[in-house]
Formats: sequence, C-alpha cells, structure tokens
Amino acid sequence: MSEIDAANPVYRRRKLVNLVMLSVSAVALVFGLIWLAWILATLFYEGGAALLRAGMYYQMTPPPGSDGGLANAIAGSLLMVIVGTLIGTPFGVLAGTYLAEYGRRGWLASATRFLNDVLLSAPSIVIGLFVYSVYVARVKHFSGWAGSMALGLLVIPVVVRTTDDMLKLVPSSLREAAAALGCPTWKMILRVTYQAARSGILTGILLAVARISGETAPLLFTALNNQFWSLNMNAPVSNLPVVIFQFAMSPYQDWQRLAWGGATLITLAVLFLNIVARVLVKKTH
Amino acid sequence: MSAVPVSVHGVDKQINIAVSEDGLLPPRIRSSAWLDAAFEWLTRGFAILVFSILAAILVSLVLGSTLTLQKYGLSFIWRKEWDPVREEFGALVPIYGTLVTSLIAMVIGIPVSFGIALFLTELAPAWLKRPLGTAIELLAAIPSIIYGMWGLFVLSPIVQSDVQPLLIDLFGNVPILGKLFEGPPLGIGMMTAGLILSIMVIPFITAVMRDVFELVPPMLKESAYGLGATTWEVVFRVVLPYTKVGVVGGIMLGLGRALGETMAVTFVIGNAHELSASLMAPGNSIASALANEFTEAVGNVYLSALFELGLILFVITTIVLALSKLLLLRLSRQEGARA
Repeated sequence: MSEIDAANPVYRRRKLVNLVMLSVSAVALVFGLIWLAWILATLFYEGGAALLRAGMYYQMTPPPGSDGGLANAIAGSLLMVIVGTLIGTPFGVLAGTYLAEYGRRGWLASATRFLNDVLLSAPSIVIGLFVYSVYVARVKHFSGWAGSMALGLLVIPVVVRTTDDMLKLVPSSLREAAAALGCPTWKMILRVTYQAARSGILTGILLAVARISGETAPLLFTALNNQFWSLNMNAPVSNLPVVIFQFAMSPYQDWQRLAWGGATLITLAVLFLNIVARVLVKKTH
Repeated sequence: MSAVPVSVHGVDKQINIAVSEDGLLPPRIRSSAWLDAAFEWLTRGFAILVFSILAAILVSLVLGSTLTLQKYGLSFIWRKEWDPVREEFGALVPIYGTLVTSLIAMVIGIPVSFGIALFLTELAPAWLKRPLGTAIELLAAIPSIIYGMWGLFVLSPIVQSDVQPLLIDLFGNVPILGKLFEGPPLGIGMMTAGLILSIMVIPFITAVMRDVFELVPPMLKESAYGLGATTWEVVFRVVLPYTKVGVVGGIMLGLGRALGETMAVTFVIGNAHELSASLMAPGNSIASALANEFTEAVGNVYLSALFELGLILFVITTIVLALSKLLLLRLSRQEGARA
C-alpha cells in the first residue's frame, strides 16, 4: 500500500467497509453453526442418560409416573420407515429413470421434473391430509399402512431427484458402447447405467430414509399412535416422532425424559444416515 | 438360417446367422424390442404418476373442504372466528400467524444465509469449505420435531427471560414500532416460532446462494478485482447482480419451507386463536392448527374447515415453490445461453 493510498479517505472508507462486511459474514457463519452445536449439546445432555439405559429398548411406553421405555415406538417407526421406503423407492427410481433416460425430449419429463421439485419441498402435513382423505377416511380407521403410505409419498420426490441427477452423470459413451454391442435399451439401463449410478441412487434412498425417519406431521393423522406393542399394520402403530411429540408436550418429568431420549436417538440416526450418504457420494465422484 | 458374407481380418468368409423365414429379426431380438417398449412404458407410467401427485393432492383437499367452501366461499380467508362449538370458522388468524412467523424467519434468515454463502464461496480456505458447508447442511437434516422440542425447552425460556425484556425496553415506548413488542414476555409465541424457522431455513437458502454464486464466470470477478475492487465490492456489485434471479429463487425456496413447517412451530407458537399485532403474543399457524386439532375435530364442518386450511397452505406454498423453481430455471437457462 503506498502513502497516497493510505491517505486517501475514499480508499480508506472502502477498505473499512470491506473489512466490516467480511467480518459480518464470518459472524453469520458462526451464528449458523452455534445452533447446530447448541442443539446437539442439548440432546446429549438431556437425552444421553436415557439413551444408555437398556430399558429404553425393551420396555414399552409407560403411563405417566411409572418406568418404561420406547421399544414399541422404535419398532413401529422402523417398520413404517421400511415399508414406506419399499413403497416409495420403486416409484422414485422408475420415474427418475424415465426422466433421465427417455425424457430428454418432450414435455412430460420437464414438467414432471418441475412438479417433483415442488413436491420435494411441499409441506409434509399436507401429505398427511391427502393420505387421510384418500385412505383413512375410506377405511375409517388410522393404521400403519396409512402411515407408511404418507412416508412413501415423501420418499418419492427425493428418490426421483437423485436418480435423475445420478443417471444424467453417467457418460453417454457407456450407453453408446452398450448399444453398439447390440444391447437393447432396457438391458442397457438395467446392466450398464444402473450399475454405473448404483451408489448415487443408493445415496438418494438413504437420504429419503433419513428424511422420513424424523417426520412427525404426516403420521399424526395416518398412523396416529399406540401405547402398546403392536406391529399390526391395519391398526394404529406407535412411532417415535409422535411419541416424542406427545411426551414432550406433557407435564410429566419422566415422559419428558423419555422424549429427550427418543429425540437424541432419532437425531443420531438421521445424522448418521446423512453422513453415510455423503461419504458414498464422495467415493463415486 | 441364411449365409451372410463377412470379412474377418481381411479374410472373406460366409457365416450363418439366424433370420426367420419371413426375413424378420431373430425371435430373441424381437422379444427384446417388445421388452424395450414395455420398459419404456413402465418408467413413463411411473413418471405420469409422479406428475399427477400434486394434482391429486389438490383435488382431495378441495373435495375435503367442500362444506366450508360452500358455506363461506372466499370470505373464509378473512373471517376471524374459529369456534368449533358454534361451528363458525375463518382462516384469518392461522393465515396471519403463518405469514408473520415466515416473515420473521426471512428477516433473520436471508442476511445470515447471504453472509454464510459469501464466507463459504469467497473467504473460506479450500480445506475448510467442505466441513463448514457440510455442518450448515446438517442443520437441514435435523428433524423438525427436534427443533420444536429444543425451542420449547431451551430457546423459549431464554427468549422470555432475556430477549423479550430487552426488546420491550428498547422499543416498547417507540410509537407504532412499540405495538410489535406489546404485552408480557411469554417466551412462547410468534417471535420464538419465527426465530426457530429462521434457523431452519438457513441451510436451504445458503445452499442455493452458494450454488448460484459459483456460477459467476471467474473472468467477471477477476476483472473487478483487477480494477481494484475489494472483495465486498466484487460480491455486492458483480456477483449479486449477476445472480439476483437465483438468489431470489433461493429465498422463495426458504419461504416455501417456512410457510409449511409444522412441528417446530406447533411446539412454540402457543396455539391461541387470537389476532394480535404483538410479535410476542401467542398465535397459530395453518400447519400447527392442523397438527393440533385435526385428530380431535368432531363434526364435518370442523373437519372441512381444517381441510380448507390445508388447501390454502398447499396453494400458497405451491405457488411460492413454483416461482422459486421458475427463477432458478431462468438463471440456469440464461447461463446456458451465455456459455
């Protein structure tokens, strides 16, 4: 910096504005990260002890004032997440395949891609309302199937999006090589492009599982809740998010403690899935 | 079978390949042509299903809310009453709560997201970019019920004991502005809900801003730096104007998320059907009204009113999200045209 620069008030002011703004941006980053650290710290502090107590994994949700665990809720959640993923994944992968492999031209693919992105961010509670009106209101009872359907509907847009993106990353030369060997398109997709995009598609499925594991809103009026051990998909099924909601809002200390335990469990599972998905993506690219 | 002349390494040969009597392709290949069409239609069928989900949701919500649609027509939107006993319903309070909380979220979330995106694209050393970016993205992974619970037990007591008294002291006596901070500090209410929403939208807005900032051609930025511009000037005068369409798209995406967020808001908004200018008063949002009242709703009119709330929420978020998507598409198209 020369003497003239340092003495120039305009230059000095610009330098100062720059310094202030860049500092503010660093503060913004810290502001964002503090919440993450704070939430995780709270979860470990409040839920850590509950998480380590073995009873949480084999005892049922208790009435207020007595000892219990979250076994039925954990089992119900696992069941509905698995069924929901099984419902949503084929939908998502096949629709995504159409978008990436067949839909290069024509309006259907681009319109579907657009609507799918809207669906991706649509409020999940509305999905719950939808399943309520097309299924629960018809059969006239809440059920595990309804819950899984709602979760499956949330899986679809995530899987469509990642499948589409990942298949588009597969180089066309691979497809052309397969075609040149006389391979029909369906076989080319199944044996060449799916193989090449395998870990990417799997990442999408993992992210979808992570998303639905913590979803509460769509389960409120589909799966409802169940105080007891029940894996009957035709009846209300207990599930972690709704139990956490109920117990956290209750005035009972021991219920709140269990809710913290469940919250910590869900968060750890979801963060773990997210990190595995990231590692998978990093490996492929 | 028919003999076909071929040349292998310069030596002419006759080979036999299977061609049926009528000269068509061999059966194995014919069947795979059939399979090809079947597979294409299978995938197209699922694409059409995905394509129609939004329409199906819209139809089901309209059908679900027929009763109140007929009873109130458009006036449902600005009616204030919400009285399940007398079966009088109006959406004004939840709509107001939804808009106010989302507005608070945007006021805090937009500058913070911009700051984070600026830091990550222009300032962070390469080795820090990835871990910091991932940490911010993980904010989006935390389930919303966790935000709600944390907000209820950790954040709202702090808001009640420290933030709100401070705001009352600062602005309580200012005319007009003071109205926003009227009433006792309850901790639970629209302000806390908005604050939590602002944390939740940060990762979404930041992600879009980072992506679009990366689109700016290095040549443009380098030219500005070459003219002696500071980093802030490059970001504010070159990067931001170049990407403004995308930045607005990112903000709309965040807004769409905030409008429809359910559990985090339900925990802390207070669920009171009251209209109040004060940000500190408890209120209600569309999503939290649904979460709280739907399973307990008795009577068809009540249920229909809740369905209509869902319909309003769905229409608003769909419009906002579609707009966001259109803006982002426009940016990438204009990018493609320039490239």
